[in-house]
Amino acid sequence: MAVAVRLALIVLLLLGPGGWGHTEPSRDSLREELVITPLPSGDVAATFQFRTRWDSELQREEVSHYRLFPKALGQLISKYSLQELHLSFTQGFWRTRYWGPPFLQAPSGAELWVWFQDTVTDVDKSWKELSNVLSGIFCASLNFIDSTNTVIPTASFKPLGLANGTDHYFLRYAVLPREVVCTENLTPWKKLLPCSSKAGLSVLLKADRLFHTSYHSQAVHIRPVCRNARCTSISWELRQTLSVVFDAFVTGQGKKDWSLFRMFSRTLTEPCPLAAESRVYVDITSSKQDNETLEVNPPPLTTYQDVILGTQKTYAVYDLLDTAVINNSRNLNLQLKWKRPPENGYIHYQPAQDRLQPHLLEMLIQLPANSVTKVSIQFERALLKWTEYTPDPNHGFYVSPSVLSALVPSIVASKPVDWEESPLFNSLFPGSDSSSYFVRLYTEPLLVNLPTPDFSMPYNVICLTCTVVAVCYGSFYNLLTRTFHIEEPSKGGLAKRLANLIRRARGVPPL
Amino acid sequence: MAANSFRPRVLTALAGLLALSFGSLADSRIEVCTSRFWFNYRHVANTLSVYRSVKRLGIPDSHIVLMLADDMACNARNPKPATVFSHKNMELNVYGDDVEVDYRSYEVTVENFLRVLTGRVPPGTPRSKRLLSDDRSNILIYMTGHGGNGFLKFQDSEEITNIELADAFEQMWQKRRYNELLFIIDTCQGASMYERFYSPNIMALASSQVGEDSLSHQPDPAIGVHLMDRYTFYVLEFLEEINPASQTNMNDLFQVCPKSLCVSTPGHRTDLFQRDPKNVLITDFFGSVRKVEITTETISLQPDLGIMESSNKEDQIDEERMEPLKYAEQLPVAQIIHQKPKLKDWHPPGGFILGLWALIIMVFFKTYGIKHMKFIF
Repeated sequence: MAVAVRLALIVLLLLGPGGWGHTEPSRDSLREELVITPLPSGDVAATFQFRTRWDSELQREEVSHYRLFPKALGQLISKYSLQELHLSFTQGFWRTRYWGPPFLQAPSGAELWVWFQDTVTDVDKSWKELSNVLSGIFCASLNFIDSTNTVIPTASFKPLGLANGTDHYFLRYAVLPREVVCTENLTPWKKLLPCSSKAGLSVLLKADRLFHTSYHSQAVHIRPVCRNARCTSISWELRQTLSVVFDAFVTGQGKKDWSLFRMFSRTLTEPCPLAAESRVYVDITSSKQDNETLEVNPPPLTTYQDVILGTQKTYAVYDLLDTAVINNSRNLNLQLKWKRPPENGYIHYQPAQDRLQPHLLEMLIQLPANSVTKVSIQFERALLKWTEYTPDPNHGFYVSPSVLSALVPSIVASKPVDWEESPLFNSLFPGSDSSSYFVRLYTEPLLVNLPTPDFSMPYNVICLTCTVVAVCYGSFYNLLTRTFHIEEPSKGGLAKRLANLIRRARGVPPL
Repeated sequence: MAANSFRPRVLTALAGLLALSFGSLADSRIEVCTSRFWFNYRHVANTLSVYRSVKRLGIPDSHIVLMLADDMACNARNPKPATVFSHKNMELNVYGDDVEVDYRSYEVTVENFLRVLTGRVPPGTPRSKRLLSDDRSNILIYMTGHGGNGFLKFQDSEEITNIELADAFEQMWQKRRYNELLFIIDTCQGASMYERFYSPNIMALASSQVGEDSLSHQPDPAIGVHLMDRYTFYVLEFLEEINPASQTNMNDLFQVCPKSLCVSTPGHRTDLFQRDPKNVLITDFFGSVRKVEITTETISLQPDLGIMESSNKEDQIDEERMEPLKYAEQLPVAQIIHQKPKLKDWHPPGGFILGLWALIIMVFFKTYGIKHMKFIF
């Protein structure tokens, strides 16, 4: 009730100079909020929510005066007798493993689920007409929603708002995974906001930054809610949500420092004059992780702590309606910086160049006590030129062993060594520190089996080619170029006559 | 990309169509891009450039039907998301921040285009997807994509022929859906598309003659594709100098992009048009010039007290009437497990079953004679 009274007072102040002639508490209010969450992977998630609550019974009365609640959606509710409407457009996928649990996830593409009121007689017809109208409003191909991609869930998708009964006959659900989200969907979504994109948090909604993200989801949710704590009357709640995740490498150039300007290329200049509440929340729960501390600039005036999604979280709160936070002369550009203590590690990597130099990787690591540290390197096998193989390629190729040079803390303090006096086995490594000793260890060499080609193939190819050439081409060549002459048998020759003589004596026919 | 900047348009896909209709009161535009796939980026850029000029000259989105067959701005291959550039210096983002695409992706089909033109859209089509024109509207239709002699390809799967287009325009004329119509087409052999028009008051421009290819302007090394076509590039340059008060006429538009710049020969057709092209202003078709009358009367607006008072009373009535409401439980396990599946409504047997039984009975009676029928009935 106190909230309602305060709301009425604020509204009275706004309407006072208007000259209406009578004080009438307005029946709709706007709250906007932005939650900035630095994610464990170095990215940052920003979730906008614009909530318009309208204390009115849209079904019963003939409504003709719309103030903050958009007329396009109000007319939809009364014309199609909607009880709830949830429509979302999403590009990308929320990676829970890297980013943590989301506030509200949506499937990739377009999702529409609607609860109709129980006064509707032909639910399928209303559903088809509603999706056509929505496709016109949001410039999306929602008109492709028909019986082939609509289902009636029987167990889930219970109403998220107030409900009399839950006969699932009045529920319809459809998803269009092929739907693309782009500026033409964002533009009508922004136009439904009371302050459009002129003041308040919505000045940050610029398409060229919002679509350069790993995850972009915009949604419209309409549902009836309790008007007060006793819950005797209904108000209509319209929530417009937009979640984006900015990638640390694409947008942040590899650094984990974020600011409103780097994310949206805008800063906040003034609150929306139509908003009853306009706040920015920054998640500072994991302000200390991996030896880094998160610093938020300008420092928050208040913080908010609660159990969200099962874990205790702390948020820094910036109230845009508070002149200490933002006023005419000062913009609000929130900055998040991670301060880490100076690095005491070292990595040097020199990649290999084919036939010139090998890989070199050197790392200086501090190993924590009672732990196991694993270092692994991925490699790919490539084929060599056939002359570069050794005569026994199936043996494999050797990779040289790794070297581990370590300073191991000793259990017992040692005294400095005099090289001439002590035995030879104690003076291998110069020891400078009495609390640790130096040791150099080696791993085994690695024998890698590379894919070997079939070395007989060049010989096979040469043989086959030569045979084919010789037989086919050779025969053809001969046929074309060889000429045949008829030879007259010659009569004479002394040797021939002698041979004929001998043959006649033997009884063999003559030559 | 080959070193030369000329790249003939391959007959693969139709990128976009822009349909705009102009006119004194209900001017509309239709802009259609009919090509799909990333390498047809330039067709979408063509369409969006004309869309942008038209909006700049005063036509509101409600009178523009923009059809883009593929999404280039938020394509995964676009290095700068939510932008479409027309020039390789990336100075002009023709996609902008305020674009409304009415037909996109798979909705750009020949059937939908013809339905928009003739007004025979399915019931339930929202207003933004209809061509709301009457007999006093001037309409601009801009089409771009891949075409050939007598046809224009839509989305790599279907074509629209010049005869169909001419018949659609005749339907529009018969139904008095336009006053004057300007048809611009930027495809290979574009002039073949306007050869068959026979309705009055149509003026047509094309980027190339029959037998010629329309060529693209220049590639961009960062984006990796050609950004625009030559004809539309020079048309855009020409339109950037037009403001709503310009007196430039159509003859200047016919001179845009001569063969030395365009490599193809742009053509035009004015024989069906009743006015002389030199008397037709560019803003008749591309802009929207409203006639404004200034009045010196004052009208005072009274707040309507009646509505506010009645709604106040209803508010109080609400409070006393209802019992407390509650929110539904999101996952009531016990209720879900024990719910019975709904029995499907019984439908009478359909045509096939009935026909089968009729056949069986007929065969029975033919075989055994009609006298057995009395045992059945």
